[in-house]
Amino acid sequence: MWLRRFMPAAIAAGLAFASALLLASCRQDMQDQPKYLPYRGSEIFPDSLSSRSLVEGTVPRGYLRDDQELYTGKTGANVAPTAPTATAAATSASGTSAVSTQPAAATGNDVNEFPFPITREILDRGQERYNIYCSPCHGVLGDGRGMIVNRGFRPPPTYHQDRLRNAPLGHFFDVITNGFGAMPDYSMQIPPHERWAIIAYIRALQYSQNANIADVPPDQVQKLK
Amino acid sequence: MPQIFKKSTNAIARASIIGSGAISVLAIYMIFIGIPRSSYWNQTDLIKTQPVQFSHKHHVGDDGIDCRYCHTSVETSASAGMPPTKTCMNCHSQLWATTTYLEPVRESWKTGIPIKWTRIHDLPDYVYFNHSIHINKGVGCATCHGRIDQMPLVTQVASLQMEWCLQCHRAPEQYLRPRSQVFNMAYTPPANQLELGRKLKKEYHVLGSDVLTSCSTCHR
Repeated sequence: MWLRRFMPAAIAAGLAFASALLLASCRQDMQDQPKYLPYRGSEIFPDSLSSRSLVEGTVPRGYLRDDQELYTGKTGANVAPTAPTATAAATSASGTSAVSTQPAAATGNDVNEFPFPITREILDRGQERYNIYCSPCHGVLGDGRGMIVNRGFRPPPTYHQDRLRNAPLGHFFDVITNGFGAMPDYSMQIPPHERWAIIAYIRALQYSQNANIADVPPDQVQKLK
Repeated sequence: MPQIFKKSTNAIARASIIGSGAISVLAIYMIFIGIPRSSYWNQTDLIKTQPVQFSHKHHVGDDGIDCRYCHTSVETSASAGMPPTKTCMNCHSQLWATTTYLEPVRESWKTGIPIKWTRIHDLPDYVYFNHSIHINKGVGCATCHGRIDQMPLVTQVASLQMEWCLQCHRAPEQYLRPRSQVFNMAYTPPANQLELGRKLKKEYHVLGSDVLTSCSTCHR
């Protein structure tokens, strides 16, 4: 009799306890931990960036720019050192720390040799990077008729003109690094070594559009006929 | 009590026993399988409001801009990299430069305060996903993200449940593609996918499923 009277209440209590446990398991404490992950905002700083930009003058390991020709494309002593923080500023989600600056007036001390030997792999890498970052405006041929130009962006000059065929390599490096005219700088999107790879590919493009039959190796001529 | 219950009521009583059993089975199925796998629970196909209605279909599909133009760190780090406002301004300093549509972008550019995008793919904080290892081992963007180039607004395609991760980590050869095709949105796997996948798995030194399904591969 006692059992029969209290059984329903016991079952109800048991069910309530079980469902309370089930509900408790829906808590998401471990899913959303109070820690900073990339691009997770912060309430501490007014610009709400949790990844802070580097303190000016800081050189992260591996970012010491001790090779002037590699990192500026210029020779001589009159080159203003570029801040090492410029490339590392990728941590700044707003990116405003690397405001593009107009290139210094042609100083005539642009290097005209690659700072490292260009191999087939580097040229292929340059082609890949060119197609990612440059072809939207400059076109896959380098004729300055890319898709973004079709959309109304100010057209860049074609690479296939004497002025740019004769331009020293360092000029291209300077333009990629600092921007030129309507072109913004790509210092945050393209690391220095890849800028050189792209420049190598630009040279290859220039040769490809300015070649005659005498440039073709004799054993390949038959293929073209 | 025949005055209250007719004899046929017995049949209803029997049916209700079977019926409640069926309902219990259905309920258990829904709680453990049906709901957790539903698009409602996983928030797949859910459109989320963004400060700017950025269209991947326009930028990737119509303009042909490579994923890496904006997601620069996808090949080298865990995070694919959200582009800074600077990247938007590369083109939008001139294109649509006066539209109210892009006012939040210009506002961010002027103030230096980043645009607060709403995250679509939100893994639990105890999962340490790394984009670069997947890219470098031949997992295509579209394998997990779907046809981004056809999405005016990005939605999550995969469930991102652990069982979804594991069905590839147990047998990656089902999905691997040549590295040159990783960023190709329109890539379709060949008929001999398993054969190709096994070859690529060896070539790219993809570790065995014993390692790939080890807890500490994804959880630390």
